[in-house]
This record gives sequence, C-alpha cells and structure tokens, in this order.
Amino acid sequence: MPIHFWLNSHEVTTKEPAGRLVLDYLRQTERLVGTKEGCKEGDCGACMVLIGELAGNQVAYKPVTSCLMPVGELHGKHLVTIEGLNLEKLTPVQQAIVDEGGSQCGFCTPGIVVSLTGYLMQPWARGDKDGFKYALGGNLCRCTGYASLLRAGSRLGKQFGNGAAGNGKKAQNSIESLIKLNVLPDYFQTIPERLKRIPSFEQKNDKAKPETFVAGGTDIYVQRGEDLPDLKVEVLNLLPELKGISLKNGKLHVGALTTFEEFAVDPEIKKVIPEMPEYNLLNASWQIRNRATLGGNIVNASPIGDMTALLLALECDLILKSGNKQRTVPMKSFFKGYKVLNKKPSEILTEIIFPVPDKKTKIHFEKVSKRKTLDIASVNSAIKVRVEKGAIQTIEMSMGGVAPIPFFMNKTCEYLKDKPVNRQTVLDVLSVAMNEISPISDIRGSAEYKRLLVRQFIIGHFTRLYPEYLTVREFYETH
Amino acid sequence: MKHIDAAAHTRGESQYVDDMPQPADLLFAAVFSAPVAHGKILQLDIKEALSMDGIIAIYSAKDIPGENQIGPIIQDETLLAEDKVHFIGEPVALVVAKTGELAQKALKKIKLEIEELPVVTDPREAFANGQIIGNSRTFALGDIEGAWNICDVVVEGRCDIAGQEHVYLETQRARAVPLEDRCFRIHSSTQSPYAVQKSSAKILGLSHHKIEVDVQRLGGGFGGKEDQATPWACLVALAAWHTKKSVELVLPRHQDMEMTGKRHPYSSDFKIGLTKNGKILAYEVKHYQNSGATADLSTAVMERTLFHSTNSYFIPNVKIFAACCRTNLPPNTAFRGFGGPQGMFVIESAIAKAAEKLGMSPLEIQYKNLLQENDVLPYGQHVHDARSRKTWDEANKSYKFPAIQKRIAKYNETHFETKKGLAVMPICFGISFTSTFLNQAGALVHVYTDGSVSVSTGGIEMGQGLNTNLAKIAAKAFGINQERVKIESTNTTRIANMSASAASATTDLNGNATLIAVGQILDRLKSLAAKELGLSHKEKIVIENENVLFDGKATGWTWGKLIQTAYLNRVSLSAHGFYATPGIWFDRDKEKGHPFAYHVFGTAILEVTVDCLRGIYDINSVKMVHDLGRPINELVDRGQIEGGLAQGLGWMTLEELKFDEKGKYLSNSLATYKLPDVYFMPDVLEVKLLERIDNPSGPYGAKAVGEPPLMYGIGVFFAIRNAMRAFRPEIEFLFDSPLTPEKVLMQLHADWLDDLTNGRTVTSGKAVKAKKEKVEES
Ligand SMILES: Cc1cc2nc3c(=O)[nH]c(=O)nc-3n(C[C@H](O)[C@H](O)[C@H](O)COP(=O)(O)OP(=O)(O)OC[C@H]3O[C@@H](n4cnc5c(N)ncnc54)[C@H](O)[C@@H]3O)c2cc1C
Ligand code: FES
Ligand code: FES
Repeated sequence: MPIHFWLNSHEVTTKEPAGRLVLDYLRQTERLVGTKEGCKEGDCGACMVLIGELAGNQVAYKPVTSCLMPVGELHGKHLVTIEGLNLEKLTPVQQAIVDEGGSQCGFCTPGIVVSLTGYLMQPWARGDKDGFKYALGGNLCRCTGYASLLRAGSRLGKQFGNGAAGNGKKAQNSIESLIKLNVLPDYFQTIPERLKRIPSFEQKNDKAKPETFVAGGTDIYVQRGEDLPDLKVEVLNLLPELKGISLKNGKLHVGALTTFEEFAVDPEIKKVIPEMPEYNLLNASWQIRNRATLGGNIVNASPIGDMTALLLALECDLILKSGNKQRTVPMKSFFKGYKVLNKKPSEILTEIIFPVPDKKTKIHFEKVSKRKTLDIASVNSAIKVRVEKGAIQTIEMSMGGVAPIPFFMNKTCEYLKDKPVNRQTVLDVLSVAMNEISPISDIRGSAEYKRLLVRQFIIGHFTRLYPEYLTVREFYETH
Repeated sequence: MKHIDAAAHTRGESQYVDDMPQPADLLFAAVFSAPVAHGKILQLDIKEALSMDGIIAIYSAKDIPGENQIGPIIQDETLLAEDKVHFIGEPVALVVAKTGELAQKALKKIKLEIEELPVVTDPREAFANGQIIGNSRTFALGDIEGAWNICDVVVEGRCDIAGQEHVYLETQRARAVPLEDRCFRIHSSTQSPYAVQKSSAKILGLSHHKIEVDVQRLGGGFGGKEDQATPWACLVALAAWHTKKSVELVLPRHQDMEMTGKRHPYSSDFKIGLTKNGKILAYEVKHYQNSGATADLSTAVMERTLFHSTNSYFIPNVKIFAACCRTNLPPNTAFRGFGGPQGMFVIESAIAKAAEKLGMSPLEIQYKNLLQENDVLPYGQHVHDARSRKTWDEANKSYKFPAIQKRIAKYNETHFETKKGLAVMPICFGISFTSTFLNQAGALVHVYTDGSVSVSTGGIEMGQGLNTNLAKIAAKAFGINQERVKIESTNTTRIANMSASAASATTDLNGNATLIAVGQILDRLKSLAAKELGLSHKEKIVIENENVLFDGKATGWTWGKLIQTAYLNRVSLSAHGFYATPGIWFDRDKEKGHPFAYHVFGTAILEVTVDCLRGIYDINSVKMVHDLGRPINELVDRGQIEGGLAQGLGWMTLEELKFDEKGKYLSNSLATYKLPDVYFMPDVLEVKLLERIDNPSGPYGAKAVGEPPLMYGIGVFFAIRNAMRAFRPEIEFLFDSPLTPEKVLMQLHADWLDDLTNGRTVTSGKAVKAKKEKVEES
C-alpha cells in the first residue's frame, strides 16, 4: 500500500521506502530545501517540521525533527514544512524574529519558525519566557545566543499568549483563530476533512517478517540511520492501540508507544509523580519528547535511559506480545546484559504496568548531565521510598550510567530497609552501593565521577525528600 | 534597519550552496579519511568500492593534475594524503557517486593499510620533542629579571585551556560547475574566496583566472571557514575537472567534526609579581599552543595570543613566549578571537591566583592595573583613546558592583548547598589583521540607469550582518533610499585578491572601500550636475533623500534625473574603490610596531549559582558595557555581542573536546559535544553601549564588533570558581577549562574519591584532583 498523506497544501501518494527519512525525502525528492540538515541526530532542530494528526474532528499539530522520522509514518497525516507556513507577507512569528534581530546566518531560522508556530498552536501554550524556552528547547542557534529569539518570543507572547506576558489574554490557538491572525495559511482549515478521506493503513498480510521495529525513531535512526531505508521496518506508530494511559484496579497501564511528553503531562501520572513536569524538562527537548516513546527507551536498553531509570524504581511489569502470545516480565529482570534483553526479536513491548503508590510513599528523580537540558545523563537515579517514624519501610532505587544495564540497586535497597534516615545510614550504605555498581569511563564522564555522583544522589534523594531528618550540611561539617 | 537577509531566512528562502537548483548532471562526493592519527600508507584499496552501483570514480593524491598543496601560510598541507597520514580525519580519497547516500556507503568499502607510527596529542610533549611549527616567538617589555626582586609577592601557576568546535550550523560544503575552456565556477561556503581560488587553481595546475569562486552566504563561519573551507572546494573542483560534470560535497556533521580543526587548545605557565597593594609589576608567560598536524593559520593565531597576553592591563615588565606545537590532531584553525582569548584567560588566572595569595579581591587588582591613555603595550603600540577604565566605571555605575558583592556574600552565608560567584571581565582587543598586508579591500559599485545600485565587495555575509551594514553605508553615502541598494554575492571575478572575512575587520575594510567607490561616482555626478545646472561650487552639492541640493537648497533635480542625465552625457556610473588601513605596521624582527588601527574595550560582570552537591550550575546574569564607537546598526551589533558572549560562555563551561590517547575524536557529534542551548543562557543579559564616540578608522565612526564580546565569556570560569571557593575555601582549584560539571564536582569533593574508589579497580580516566600545592612566595 502506498503512503498517502498531505504535504503542505498538496496531496501525496508515494512508494518511498517506509524507513526513509522524512528529511531526505523533503530535501532530495521534493527539493523543499527550506528544511535544513544540521546534525541528523535530533540535536539541532534545523530540520523541524510540523506533523498534524487527526484527533476527532480536529488536527493536532506538533513540531518534530524530520531527521529521525520515517516516511512510512506519514500515512494519513499532514506534514508541514516552512514552505507550507509562508504567506505572501511575513507571518507574525517571522516578523517578530526579523524585528528582534533573531536571525543572523539564517541556517537555524526555518526550524525556529516551525517550532514557534507549532508552539502557538498548542492549547496549553504560555506567553512568558519559560514558555518560549520550552518552545525552543529543541533548536540550536550558534549565532544569536538566543536573547533576540526570546525577545521575539516575548513579542509573540504579548500578541497571542496567555501567560504572565500575555496581559491575561486567553491563548488564541485554535487553527481558525491562528488563520485569522495570519499565523497560518488558510488551507489549514481544509486539512481535517482531507485527512479523513485517506483510508487507514492496512498492514499487508505479507509473510515477510519485519527486520526491525521503529517507534519514535529517536534512538534507532541515530544508531543505524543509514541502513533503515533498505530494511523492512514495521512502523509501530501505525498501531494506535499501543498508546494511552489508564488506571485499572490500582495500577497504571501505560501503552508502550506513549511519548515522554504524553507521559509527563498526563493527569494520572502527575498525581503519582507530582514533580514530573520538572523532571520532564531535564529529558531531551519538547520536540524529541514528542517522538520518544517509553517503550523505545526501555527496549533500547541504554544504561542511561531516563524514563527507564524512573520506571525501574516504580515496580513495573512489562507486557510483551508476539502474534497471539503474550507474557509479563518484571522490569527488574528484563535487562540481562549490555543490550541483552529478556525479549525475543519478534516480541513487541505493548504495555508498562505499575502500582499506584500509597500516600506516604515518595518518589524522586535525579539527573546530572553536562548541559542541563537536551543532554544525556552522566548518571541518573530514581527512588521510591516510604519512611515511617524516621525509619525506611520500603525502598526501590535505580541508578543509570553505573553498569552495563539500567541498574536496580538491589543490595543498597536491601541494606537500607528498616534503617533510620540519618547521616550514619547514608555513609554506611555508600560502601554497599559502591560495591554494587561498576561504572566505566566514557564520554559522559570518568568512572570516578560517576561513583561520586552516586554518592551525591543518595544524599540528594534523602535530603530532598526528608529534610526534616537530614541536610546536606551534615555531610560536610566534619571536614 | 533590520538584518537585510532576515525576512528570506525566516521564510526558508535563503539559498545555501546545496539549496541552489541542481544542474541535471550533478554528482555527489564523499571524503574517505585517515582512520589512524599517524602512520605510513602501505596500500589504498578502492576496488570493491569502485565496483558498487552508482559509483562514478574514486580519486586519490595521484589523480591531482597540479600541485598537491593547500597550506595557507606554510606549505605543509596536502589536499589528499600521499605517503603518510598525520591525524584521524585527514582526507585520503574522494568518492564520486550518483547520490550522496551511495557515496557515503562506498566509504565503508575502501580499505587502507597503514603502518602505525607514534601519536602525540599533548603540546608540551610535542614541544619537548622539538616538534614546533615555524619559530617560537617572544614579546618583551621592561626588565623582567630585575622586576621579580622588587615584587612583594610572586605567584606561579599553570593553565590548561581547551579548544572549541565551531559548530557553524551549516557544515562545510561546496559545488563545482565546469565551464567552457577548462574553467570552473565554485560555489563554496567559505570566508575566504581568494584562498579557495588560489588553492584550487594550484591543485588543478591552472592560473587563478580560470577559477571563479562565488559565495552567496554562509550558514555560520566563526573562523572555521576561513581556511578550512578550502579543501572541500578543491576536492569538488578536482572531481569536476576529471568528470567534466558538476559535483557537490556536503560534509555530514560527524565528518565535519572529525575532519576539521578547532580553536587551539593551549597549555601555559604563568608567573606574576605584584606589590602588596595589588599593582602588577611583572608578568611572564609561556604558551604552548596545540596546533594540530599542519600549520594552517596557527602561526597567525599564536601571534594574536602574544598581542593579547596582557589583556586590558598595563604591566611594566613583561615576557611572553609562545610556540606552535605540532601534534597528531586535526589542524587547529581560526576561531572568533583568534588566539586572543587564550592569552586573556591566562592573565586572568594569574590575577585570580595572586588575589587569593594577597587575600584581596581580584576586582581590586584588575581595576588598579587597567590600561590608561598612552600606556604602552608589550608590542610597542601606545593605547589611544583607552576606554578600559571608562567601561569599567560605567559598568560599576550602572550595575553597582559593591551591591552585587554584598548580596552574594549574604547569599553564601545563608545557603549551604548552593553558592554564588561573581567575576568581572574587562576586555581590550586590537582591530586589524596582524599581518599588515591583509588589511586591504576592494568594492565595485554600479549605478544602473533606473537609479538602482549594485555593490560587490570582497566581504562575506555569514550572519554577522555585513550586507546590512554595506547597504546602509552605500545608501547613506549616495543619499538615497536603501531599497535601491543590492549587495551582490561575493565573487572573485568582480573583486580580486580579497582577504578573508575575518579579524572583525570586514565591515571596516569593505565599508571603507565601498565609501571610496561611492565617492568616485558621486564626484563625477556632482561635476556633471554643477555643469548642467550652471553652478560653480560642486562641493556645495549634496544628495539627500534622493534630491540634489545646492548649498542646502533644492535644485529640482532628483536622483533619477541625475542618473539619467549622467548616462546620456556618457559619465561612468561604475567605480572600483580600494582601501588600505593607514598607519599600521609591525616589525617581526624587533616584535614592535603599531599593528592595530584601534582597540575595542568593554567590561562585563557575571554572576552564577553552583549546586555544590551536584556540581551543576546556572549562569544567572551577564551585564556588559561595550564600546562600539558610533554603531552603524545597533540591532546587528547587539546580535554580535549576544552571540559572541554565548560562544565564550560555552567555551568556558560545556564545550569539551575529547580525544583519546590515540588521537581519536570522541565528542564528534552534537549528542556528545554540547553547546549553549536556550536554557543555558542567563536570564538576565544586559548590554549597555558606551556613549557614542566616533572611531576615526571605522566607516561612519563605527568600531568592529565580531570577536571582542566572546571574551566576556571568560569571566564565567572565574565566577564559577569563586562560587566553588565559597563552598570549599581551603582548596586551590585548577585553571583547567572548560569548567564542566564533572570538573566542578570532582574538585569540590576530591577528598571523598579515595573512599569511593578504594580497593576497586578503576577503569581509565584520570581523577582531576584539586592540588593543595603551596604557592611560592618571595
Ligand atoms: C536529541 C535526542 C535527545 C535525547 N535525549 C534523551 C534523554 O534526555 N533521556 C533519554 O532517556 N533518552 C534520550 N534520547 C534517546 C531516545 O529519545 C529515547 O531513548 C527514546 O525513548 C527512544 O524511543 P523511540 O520511540 O524513539 O525508540 P526507537 O528509536 O523507535 O526504538 C529504539 C529501539 O527499541 C525498539 N522498540 C521501540 N519500541 C518498541 C516496542 N514497543 N516493542 C519492541 N521494540 C521496540 C526499536 O526496534 C529500536 O531497536 C534522546 C534522543 C535524541 C535523538
Ligand atoms: S538535522 Fe539536526 S535535528 Fe534534525
Ligand atoms: S542564525 Fe546562525 S545558527 Fe541561528
């Protein structure tokens, strides 16, 4: 079945290989060269496009990096490039950038226009500085130092936003109003009807097994981008049943294709992990989080995956499915060795299930990376702990970046159980922790640094969660 | 006035080399490069690669028809390796294929047999082995040996300063198009079209005029395309020469990062002597520059280190030594600041250490020693119109240093886990190419009969706003609306022998050349108008708002009428202007002279907060007072200041080049090499311009702006260090940049490391331990 979608204001059906990159398709096949290639790894945002997807009668748009997205996933969607945003005159987004001097060499600029426009389309968009940082989190600019871009943002905030800078105005972000305000061309209005007419993708009954699965593509394209156009890939995002978060019998069921962003803003998740929006900011960028899935993070099995580290402390079960066969694997026993999994190649991870913790249980996540945002951790860690009358009742703790696998601190947790929360306990458990981990020196830091971070994180977890029992100062006073 | 290109940029309509419509015959190239850092080539096997579908040809050194040599200053660099390779990423062969993907795939099938030779990556080791490029040089002032004795305190130390990846968002690229009669047009993303023209002519054995180089714009350069855009242009020219087809080469980001040089890392030793009141009497420094495998621009970069080693300070007794040390890393090259920042980092480190020794605030030492009018610099030039104190005083007045210091002290008293730090960073940067002969520029101006104007110069638009400035200069000089002026691409057939767009001097040089060309046409137009209108004093004629005025009064002639009349009277409406900066010279035997047309001054105050438990930090604010003379376009200049600052902050903190001991570049992607993102930059960023005072050398009184603001970023290192000192005052922290979160944490908690790693085998990677060495006292 050919891939059938809308590209800006044109309908496209194509037999491009499903695994080909949207970026290559745009620049080479369509010669739509406003979309730039700056890194092909999701880090710079020069290749930013909008993807519109039917949600009821509306189309919901989000900015994503076209350098990590397979053409196969475009089926039934609206792909918008910078060319598809241009009107005869500059749009307010473009004008704000021009007026504030937010474009110098211009190479990053189309991507920035796409991100900002995509941001204004969000119902939750805020008009303040933090909002526009969020919007630009996935765009690098080497020329401007961002100050002029944030000034452009604050102009837009005043015009459209609803946050502090927006004079209390309600966000005017429906497609209709954005068309009226000349932020979007009017063909956007016709897109919902047009997308509805595209028949849904039929997974052909072809016998050939897929050679690999692609979810968000944010790991696999970075690792094997050159091979994928030639392989038979199964695009998991065409299986909508793998998405969504629901509460059943005191357990949260999270579809494996749930993205980082969907997870972080989900109301059920926020109830369980109130700090989730803050942790979310430490992971990738908005644009990458719009693509990166929890399932991909777990199956990729990087020892330093952030969501993996978080989930590992939440007593998760993983549901694996192959054809009609389904089984459940506790997440703690899923990782067998460096990128070796308790999973058959044909199995798809469909669901992640974890119990909703009781009221007294606290959860905390720590991550240190060279750059605070959009960077891979040197070490990360999550803890789920319940303390009663000053003593630890239950504890689950993960550490990423300290072993060949996402690491559960079994011995450390065992040691800590029933111990009082105080300085001596922490100092005593350090040797247990140090014996349990085996970090190596790599680009994310030396082995010693990672050991030091493990110490600091253990202190950090307890001092953040239980300041009434323990402060950082206590660890230095004896110096 | 906005950036002239900005509207097209925001629409994605600006064309970079590979965005131009493709000729039907276009082929694509990819570069096969050395996999080891030093070795003898035994055999290059391209058979399998060549047999792949869609592969047209593979070229190596033996296919070069002319001379295989592209060294810009010293002739020590081949385009394609011959018998030896000297760094990982050194180009060895060029694949030409029907598509870019195929060319990349073929790279994996090329086999290179190499006999490995010893690899040196450390500049001090190279120096000890006698591996230096060119000659080492020494600048001296006063009597350094005598001076140590009269100092109350002498402090010594060492700095290790990292390099920096340019990360122009547009990677290196070029397209060559064959023309008739064995001529070629090269579209290159280069800051130096003439370098591309010269080198590709040499490679092909052609004379310069057979190569036309055309540059529309660059997606960023920052020095990384001053000399290092040349090889890629030469390679496509070579392929076009052989295939007689158009050929394009775009380096993927990884390959760009692996194959191109960076800002030079330095390792330096300093010794500084002061009175107990903080007056600096003597300063001695030895700079070991890590030049990489070939000379590239290293000797010129080193020269600027010599010039800027005392930053904004007057020091009566000085000795500055520097050497370019040859290592097996990619040849390091120009990067905004061009060696100046490294020199400044060392003197700031020396002052920081001296302040600790004297128990004095570094601000006090800095201020006491700031340059004053007519002070002599170690290279013999006296400072004129010194604005170091002026910018400092202005910054102090606007931002109130004592109040900030007090607030920070209070914060640090009341907070344990987080500490704040502050630093003030004054800058003084010389403007002009330090090789005097490069300070020349040409401009070609045409006026068409409809009154529209075309301006060509040798300058390159790379985002810095050159074209915006030139359009404004030309329109202002003619007295016409700016819409009439078009700035053309930079093309070697219109402007010959141009210098690179570099040294912050591009607007100065090309703007002045434009003024001269416009002046010639104006002069002819005024003579004509005087004659036609029967006016005797042509010097009383001016054009304002497109009207011809005499003695301030309207003559009834418009610009349109003037041009029409001139054309019908056979008056030339074209002119070529040539500008050479006057009054500059330098004697390299004596190491004295007057190399700079002027200096740019400024002062910044920076504030950070360090999370001492985790080693991470936030830059809270950077507030600057900067000297722009009388800016041509404030919006453009602010952009340069903010962007330059961001690069300086990144260089000192996040941007960490990692090579292993075999010379393999580990941080070869944007996933592993981190540069400032929107969250990294300080929330408070203030730029105050010093009162507008004309600069006699710049067009319309402007001062150069490209490089100097980068050096404000140096202050962030010292601000973080000061916050660290607030947490652990007893530790002497290293002067080792960049000050990454890893280095912060490891130094803050070095004493815990033994406990944590005791009895365990620790895999490679050296612990960065804070030294508690005693400082020497005299
Ligand atoms: C710029 C950038 C920044 C990043 N920052 C972070 C960060 O801060 N923190 C972090 O943790 N990660 C980060 N990542 C890594 C990546 O985004 C995550 O690991 C993400 O979760 C991967 O999910 P995906 O859906 O994109 O996986 P894919 O790339 O689509 O897949 C990864 C692997 O898992 C397999 N797979 C995926 N889903 C399934 C499934 N349901 N069943 C079976 N197999 C499956 C695929 O076959 C593939 O082998 C970053 C990546 C980029 C490009
Ligand atoms: S090209 Fe850099 S994010 Fe896609
Ligand atoms: S304007 Fe050059 S990278 Fe943003």
